[in-house]
Amino acid sequence: MAQLPLIELKSVSFQYDYTQVLTNISLKVEQGDFLALLGPNGSGKSTLLKLILGLMKSTSGQIELFGQPANTFKHREWIGYVSQKSNSFNSGFPATVKEVVASGLTKKIGLFKRHLASQNSKVIQALRDVGMDGFADRNIGELSGGQQQRVFIARALVAEPKLLILDEPTVGIDHENVQSFYDMLASLNEDHQMTMILVTHDVDTVSNRISHVACLNQTIHFHGFKNDYDSLSADQLNAWYGHVVRKIHHTKEEKTQ
Amino acid sequence: MISSILHYEFLQNAFLSGIIIGIIAPLLGVFIVVRRLSLIADALSHVTLAGIAGSLYLSQTFTGLALLNPLYLGIVASVSGSVLIERLRRLYKHYEELAIPIIMSGGIGISAIFISLAKGFSTDLFSYLFGSVSAVSRQDLFIVVAIAVLVLAFIYLFYKELFVLSFDDEYAKASGLPAKWIHLLFMIITALVIAASMRIVGILLVSSLMTLPVAASIRIAKGFKQAILYAIVFGEAAVIAGLVSAFYLDLAPGGTIVVISILILLVVIIGKKISMSVRA
Repeated sequence: MAQLPLIELKSVSFQYDYTQVLTNISLKVEQGDFLALLGPNGSGKSTLLKLILGLMKSTSGQIELFGQPANTFKHREWIGYVSQKSNSFNSGFPATVKEVVASGLTKKIGLFKRHLASQNSKVIQALRDVGMDGFADRNIGELSGGQQQRVFIARALVAEPKLLILDEPTVGIDHENVQSFYDMLASLNEDHQMTMILVTHDVDTVSNRISHVACLNQTIHFHGFKNDYDSLSADQLNAWYGHVVRKIHHTKEEKTQ
Repeated sequence: MISSILHYEFLQNAFLSGIIIGIIAPLLGVFIVVRRLSLIADALSHVTLAGIAGSLYLSQTFTGLALLNPLYLGIVASVSGSVLIERLRRLYKHYEELAIPIIMSGGIGISAIFISLAKGFSTDLFSYLFGSVSAVSRQDLFIVVAIAVLVLAFIYLFYKELFVLSFDDEYAKASGLPAKWIHLLFMIITALVIAASMRIVGILLVSSLMTLPVAASIRIAKGFKQAILYAIVFGEAAVIAGLVSAFYLDLAPGGTIVVISILILLVVIIGKKISMSVRA
């Protein structure tokens, strides 16, 4: 059976009030891809993710998830989502790390059914995968930003998603932790064959982990293998983004580190 | 006290209703507080007042309605208010909190009209405003029991969805949960709890029973389930001690319950400060 792309966008546009946010976006994400979605602030990256996640509806065009139209797609639990830190969660919330991670199973368990004791081991396993199993009984608000973000990854992982979408997950995390955070993502991608879409500004840090790059500024200017992206000229990028962009260069040695 | 409870039906009604409300109000209150909806509970209680005042006016004016239990119209007003608030919140996407003063002033305004039509305050109305130990009827108790069954069933069935929705609204929607429906149900259930609680604590103080025990519990709780447990323990303690003192001192129980809740809150805040400085 030919592999269906996990995500396929066909000429998708999105308008908010009277502002055109996204124009004619076509994009395919295949099984096992590690796609970095790059673009300046206000380029529509978060909006694009929200369209894929079903949090917003496109003005025109089609979005298919796992071969099904997004608006009738029933298996949202196949898609894990980690939002920008502090975006939507209240840090004074009285919940333990374990409770937060278990909440990632909600859709998978289904309405009117309760958590089972057997799911507890999945929660612990997910926490182990992100190196946070020692914190299971702590309140989420007591953890540092980087630790919280790992817990949110565990919340996404516990439902065993086929695709993980991360929206600038390292904003507010200090530099040393960013590096190990990406190591963890890379191992999920390689060891668990988990497809990833990562919106990021840390192009430098992440560039030796990703397989594909998409450059977005209202429309997709480039989508392809990471190596092809590396051979683009800085002038080209500047033309797309409208301002000077730092070009990333990594030597072979760095990549194999 | 115990022998009085065994002797007098009105005391049984008040204490049984109080004990039930001491569970369901803080239980729902935990979700209300963490979702930052405390003020909505306040607005809804004022809408409930409009229903109560309207009902009291109707039973004064039409002899056929003299025996109508004001709780029914109170429930209708409260539930309609909760649906209206949701409508308004969606209409004013960028000014969600605007729904609260609109609904609250609407509720008080309509109440004021009915109260003046009914020729001012009656003792009946006073007992609805500040609660009462003596005015709880058997029928009121049955309504409270029925509402409690609905509330407990709702929380039991939707606990995990309510948790996700409260913790991270956007994540809940992204994971494909029917967030809009669960939220609407939640608002209706809140309206029901407010209607049930007002007989004991009074309309003006209903929201305090949903927020004060929770304010104390989230200071010390580890995890969400513990927050719920402590909130119920604090709420129950305040209701029972409040009813007993209201009975002996001949005070409105709304007042005593709220003052005791605030004392519990103070003890928890100070106790936590002390235990932290001892550890440090």
